[in-house]
Amino acid sequence: MKSRQSRKILWFILSLTFICLLIDLPKSLPLKFNLGRIKIDQTISWPQLNFSLGPFKFKRSLEVKKGLDLQGGTHLVLEAEMAGISQEEKETALESARNIVSRRVNLYGVSEPVIQTIRSEGKYRIIVELPGIKNVNQAIDLIGQTAKLDFRELKEDRRASPSAALITDFQPTDLTGANLKKAEVQFSQQTGDPVIGLQFDEQGADKFSEITSRNIDHQLAIFLDDLPLTAPTVKEAITTGQAMISGDFTLDQAKNLAIQLNAGALPVPLKVVEQKTIGATLGEESVKKSLQAGLIGLLMVVLFMIAVYGFLGFLADIALVIYGLITLALYKLIPVTLTLPGIAGFILSVGMAVDSNILIFERMKEERWMGKPLSVAMELGFGRAWDSIKDANLCTLITCFVLFNPFNWGFLNTSGMIRGFALTLALGIGVSLFTGIVVTRTLIRTFYHPREKRPKK
Amino acid sequence: MKLNFMKYKYFYFLISALFLIPCLFSLVSWSLEPAIDFSGGSILEIKDPDLAVNKNKLEEVVKSQGLEQASIKQSGEGGFILRMKEIDKDKKEEILEEARKEFDQIKEVRFETVGPTIGQELIRKTVVAVLLAAGFILVYLTLRFKDKKYGVCALLAMFHDTFILIGVFSLLGHFFDVKVDTLFVTAVLTILSFSVHDTIVVYDRIRESIRLKPKAEFEDLVNKAVAETLTRSVNNSMTIIFMLLCLYLLGGQTIKWFIFALLVGTILGTYSSTFTAAPLLVVWEDLKAKKE
Repeated sequence: MKSRQSRKILWFILSLTFICLLIDLPKSLPLKFNLGRIKIDQTISWPQLNFSLGPFKFKRSLEVKKGLDLQGGTHLVLEAEMAGISQEEKETALESARNIVSRRVNLYGVSEPVIQTIRSEGKYRIIVELPGIKNVNQAIDLIGQTAKLDFRELKEDRRASPSAALITDFQPTDLTGANLKKAEVQFSQQTGDPVIGLQFDEQGADKFSEITSRNIDHQLAIFLDDLPLTAPTVKEAITTGQAMISGDFTLDQAKNLAIQLNAGALPVPLKVVEQKTIGATLGEESVKKSLQAGLIGLLMVVLFMIAVYGFLGFLADIALVIYGLITLALYKLIPVTLTLPGIAGFILSVGMAVDSNILIFERMKEERWMGKPLSVAMELGFGRAWDSIKDANLCTLITCFVLFNPFNWGFLNTSGMIRGFALTLALGIGVSLFTGIVVTRTLIRTFYHPREKRPKK
Repeated sequence: MKLNFMKYKYFYFLISALFLIPCLFSLVSWSLEPAIDFSGGSILEIKDPDLAVNKNKLEEVVKSQGLEQASIKQSGEGGFILRMKEIDKDKKEEILEEARKEFDQIKEVRFETVGPTIGQELIRKTVVAVLLAAGFILVYLTLRFKDKKYGVCALLAMFHDTFILIGVFSLLGHFFDVKVDTLFVTAVLTILSFSVHDTIVVYDRIRESIRLKPKAEFEDLVNKAVAETLTRSVNNSMTIIFMLLCLYLLGGQTIKWFIFALLVGTILGTYSSTFTAAPLLVVWEDLKAKKE
């Protein structure tokens, strides 16, 4: 019974290892060798994962994401100066500021920027990570600017033109974001479609009324940072200071537009409070050296285990290799952004993965000394060691939890480095519990039969 | 053969004291050397592929920019690290421009600037994180072992390790200008969990022994548990130490002190679980017996 079950588990482990191996292989693998008279010269490449299951969309390029310290780039912390914004509007203002920062970053064509907002001890901050960007200074200047929103009308000579208006066809009016109090998503009372409601201050209402009355049936464009956001057509003069932009918006589009309009309505100056720029070469050097060191260290651990525990140690080493394959596959699938502390977390978790095996083997030895037959000693070893393994690893997981700060608590750190470390360590512990116990046990049950035969049950 | 580990418990405490006292002294008199992560300020690392940069000349250039307090350190071949008060990127460009007048091949490798408030916040948050993690661990251990002495003693051993680790870096900071940064904080937090991890294995054994022989002397049980777990403890630490040693010797410059902190912490954690955490339990029981 037991052996049939463990054979099933063995097959499961083997297929899991194989899948992980496929994921782990580099994206394209040049294959070039001679097999007798057959010459093979091909590049095998894997397609990226891309499928959707009901509401879940899953798309991974299957590459390890490298953090800024490894690939070079710029890390910025911007602080929003909220002095002029009322308490209840601070969140909206921050969200708008974030949005506008990301709009500007996208202008630079940075690949995979990270932009997130953080509230910390009453301060509102935006963290921007720009991998591999060259002219950082320009980017920072642009990102740090306060948003500028204004309303523009068509030039006189363009009004009659039947062709679609160009950006250059618009001229600025005296109505700007300063006169806009708020923009929000509403729903049209007639059709139920999402629309955007604009609310002007008193001065703005006057200006808007004037502009709309002279632009009936013409387009009135709203520009953010000198680029057009939207250009609705004025249907009638609006004197109340309450306007509505309707169109074929989806809810998301409407929300997005409202956020961008608010960036102009609630402008917050952004100040750079932290900047870290790491050259690409420095990162490359660190990766190479750390990987090399890690591999040599791993080799020493492997040899140590064989030296101390013999064949059992060798089986534990196989489990360790499987551990490495699964972890790397998880890094690619989740995906985990790998930083230097992240690599350290991985290495520490290798140590902890081996620990489970050492605990078990020591226990087995003891039971053997007490004269128990091997198979009994083995099962007892696993059973008794489990308590220690569980308690010890749970405590480490608790620390990981505090370090990772998954709920973004303001009183704990949100530093990417520390988080990266906690994430890789926690993942390592999770995987090591599986490989250190399930995999090793199955391997031992299957392959470890020295001298004495297993008594039949 | 039976070794009586617990007979020498006061000797172990003496060893701990020998480490704790200089650490305490160093922390009180010299504190820690904060990196810009904590103190605020700027770091500019440059590299000159021509190896033409002359430190004195560079110093002149930097001082001419009104940064008298800046410190300049060589780092590798043709590399220099400038530390100074907080400057913004425009000021940095000015410095680079000035420096390029002398050595035109200079390349910017790294630029970091941190405002003073961020550093203060980081310290506060780290302390909160440590206390929070300690609190969680205490609760967990008390629940698992159904006796508060295990949790309390494990934490005492944990703080013993952390304290010595921080003290060692205070000494390193004073004598070798080693600075503590965010990575060091990560290392301390790791050691915290490693220390508890190692201690729990010993405690677990004690608990199991009590279950098997409820009538036996507590000190004897602790002795037995320590003897049984020592091989495992040393073997396990060896594997971690191998990894760390390789990283320390071969890894990149940026993580050298981080790895060193982990290395010191691992050794401390291994020592303390056997020679601090276990004897503490015995002392606790002795005191309780005396009270009764």
